[in-house]
Amino acid sequence: MVASEAGTQARLLDLLKGPVIAVQSFFSLAGRAVVNIFRSPHYGDDVALQMDNIGVGSLPIVVLTGLFSGAVMALQMARVLSQYGQINKTGTAVAITLVRELGPDLTALMVAGRNASGMASELGSMKVTEQIDAMRALGTDPIQKLVTPRLIATCVMLPLLTIIADFVGIFAGWVISSGFMRLSSRLYWSSTWRALEWSDLAQGLLKPFVFAIVVSLIGCYYGLKTTGGTQGVGNATTQAMVTASVLIFVLTYLIAQMFFGQTQL
Amino acid sequence: MSETAQSILRFENVTVTFEGDPVLRGVSFEAREGDSRVILGSAGSGKTVLLKTALGLIKPDSGKVYVFGRDLTALREKDLFEIRSRIGMLFQESALFDSLTIEENVAYPLVNQKAIHCPPVEVRPRVAQALEFVELGGTLDKFPSELSGGMRRRAAIARAVVTDPRLTLYDSPTAGLDPITAHTIMALLVKARDVTRTTTLLVTYRYQDGNVMANFRYNAEQGRLEPARNGARPQARTTFMVLQEGRLVFEGDQDQLEASRDPYISKFVKQRV
Repeated sequence: MVASEAGTQARLLDLLKGPVIAVQSFFSLAGRAVVNIFRSPHYGDDVALQMDNIGVGSLPIVVLTGLFSGAVMALQMARVLSQYGQINKTGTAVAITLVRELGPDLTALMVAGRNASGMASELGSMKVTEQIDAMRALGTDPIQKLVTPRLIATCVMLPLLTIIADFVGIFAGWVISSGFMRLSSRLYWSSTWRALEWSDLAQGLLKPFVFAIVVSLIGCYYGLKTTGGTQGVGNATTQAMVTASVLIFVLTYLIAQMFFGQTQL
Repeated sequence: MSETAQSILRFENVTVTFEGDPVLRGVSFEAREGDSRVILGSAGSGKTVLLKTALGLIKPDSGKVYVFGRDLTALREKDLFEIRSRIGMLFQESALFDSLTIEENVAYPLVNQKAIHCPPVEVRPRVAQALEFVELGGTLDKFPSELSGGMRRRAAIARAVVTDPRLTLYDSPTAGLDPITAHTIMALLVKARDVTRTTTLLVTYRYQDGNVMANFRYNAEQGRLEPARNGARPQARTTFMVLQEGRLVFEGDQDQLEASRDPYISKFVKQRV
């Protein structure tokens, strides 16, 4: 009986060992990537290259996402609000929903799909072809050269992309409201403007910053721990995309809870 | 092998494990200045791990690794950069950076290794010289993807020797190459060894590679290899080592290797063409 319990405990410990080591190595990578921001050498060219890749490269899909989510929100909200005679509040609903939730979340999901997976596959390919080892052998810290520039670039570009997505979404809401719902433009924009409070803007800008850290570090983490050739690269890419997306939803809830708690106080 | 020559690389009872599985088991040997060592072993015998441990890329679970007299196991990653700047390494897959041109790849150690102190004006001439050395003078602006496998391997050799390292590590330099290209690569390695007089560790599963390393020297005047048992210098000798499942099961010269009756060891010698 005692031996059986000991065996169960050992199996449980074995099961937990993997996830605990993974979390530990993720935070170790995150810590080193952040500390490297303040250490030389600084790879400015790589930061600019990544900003172009993440920011400019993601712009078309982010604009399209903002455009259609804003349009859909305006259509759906106008329909519901008209039942209560509150169609003039359409701008309010679109603005709050987009700035607080949909803008940051959908933009982060798009960037996760495009860039977290891209980072994982790029770094994973470098890992399995020994380029990461070569980098270390040739006097370069791979975290400083590869991870820190991606972290900085994502933290700068994702909030900017979110602002663009928010604006394009609100603009699309105006097009739908004024074009199809016969809502006056002045009413739409004034209700939008009045609806947004500082806490909404803070929430709308804090979220993409937190998501940027998660998206970039998850992509780099899975890329750097890739093993097993091209199949391993494929697995790393999928895992990075899935983990980053799930964490975006989890963090969305936690941040919303944090702001809700403040409002209650 | 001269006993008075300086110790360049010393393994003391080194054990490396991956997820509990031993990959190197109590490996001990010493390479002195000017030595050539040929490390034979089948796939998964720990050859690559041995080279990466010598470079400090892998930390041993137990034992000590001394390079140029310094214990790598006691150093932090950033302190290893100075030691690595004196070691040239050819990786199995060449490991050229895809996003950089051949010129940028070969210049990489000169530009990024602080301990080398290469003035910016000297970088391009040294890169051109290293590429001429491997007969790739016209490829400076090309990307690795534009070169054949053999040419990539030669570019990687140029990157390994551009800093004039005191210790050069070659990981399966002829793997996956046709016999003619493989011979060209081996000729370059002998040339690099004899021109720069560097200590050389060659990992391979092909006995022919070790045979070239042990029995040929580079004639600088005629610009070609010529037969010469024991390499370029009379006092320098090529030592063969055989790894089997992480254990060093043989260490000796070519005659001892060929005389061995161990089935695993003699398997490599029988490959001789």
